[in-house]
Amino acid sequence: MNSFKVQYKVDGEDFSAAGDASRKLKKVLQNLGISPQIIRKATVAMYEGEINMVIHADGGVIDAEITPDKIHIFLRDKGPGIPDIALAMTEGYSTASNNVRELGFGAGMGLPNMEKYTDYMNITTQIGVGTTIEMIVNIV
Amino acid sequence: MKLETVIKLLDAKVLSKKDCLETEVFAACGSDLMSDVLAFVKDQALLLTGLVNSQVVRTAEMMDMKAIVFVRGKLPGDDILELADEAGIAILSTELPLYISCGKLYSEGLYN
Repeated sequence: MNSFKVQYKVDGEDFSAAGDASRKLKKVLQNLGISPQIIRKATVAMYEGEINMVIHADGGVIDAEITPDKIHIFLRDKGPGIPDIALAMTEGYSTASNNVRELGFGAGMGLPNMEKYTDYMNITTQIGVGTTIEMIVNIV
Repeated sequence: MKLETVIKLLDAKVLSKKDCLETEVFAACGSDLMSDVLAFVKDQALLLTGLVNSQVVRTAEMMDMKAIVFVRGKLPGDDILELADEAGIAILSTELPLYISCGKLYSEGLYN
């Protein structure tokens, strides 16, 4: 398998469409014959990231590169940035609105879940400029 | 546990178009918080929830879950049923509340 790249735009306006990019990546990974356990790790992490983009950042862009040994994902948004990454990584801590909570999210598990399911995660953020999250899930 | 048994125990309605009675589930998760569901890792699981929106189906799809039971008589719209159909996820609905539904399945051997 050679390197394979995909890019998805995440619409920040439509909560019901959040997850479309993750579904598409899941199909790509299935077609590439990657094991279901690895696919689940990558797509759950990306789905949490996609939800975050919609809830907090009015959408963004996701780039994924699949190589023979890893799935490399970049989530980039132009949202408000994360003031305190350590606090945001705390399970149960959330700044989501009640509206978002009623939809079943905003439990403060998004970033912790993303870290849990990936082999590497790095957050780069600047207040008022945006956030980039890099994630790697190893295939082998 | 086969969905046929789940349906009997919960007196549930089947809302999916596809035949799902023989589908087997080996674990279950009851929650209205999708991020908590996303933290739950089991194969061929069943999701029980009182939350009705498209993200419930997407969450189940990402987790490779086989079926969703909407509790407290909640009925999903056609958009949700279509999404589930595409993802190959069976949709059931029961009048029972979440706690009782989970208790019935657990006591009949569907542990987490």
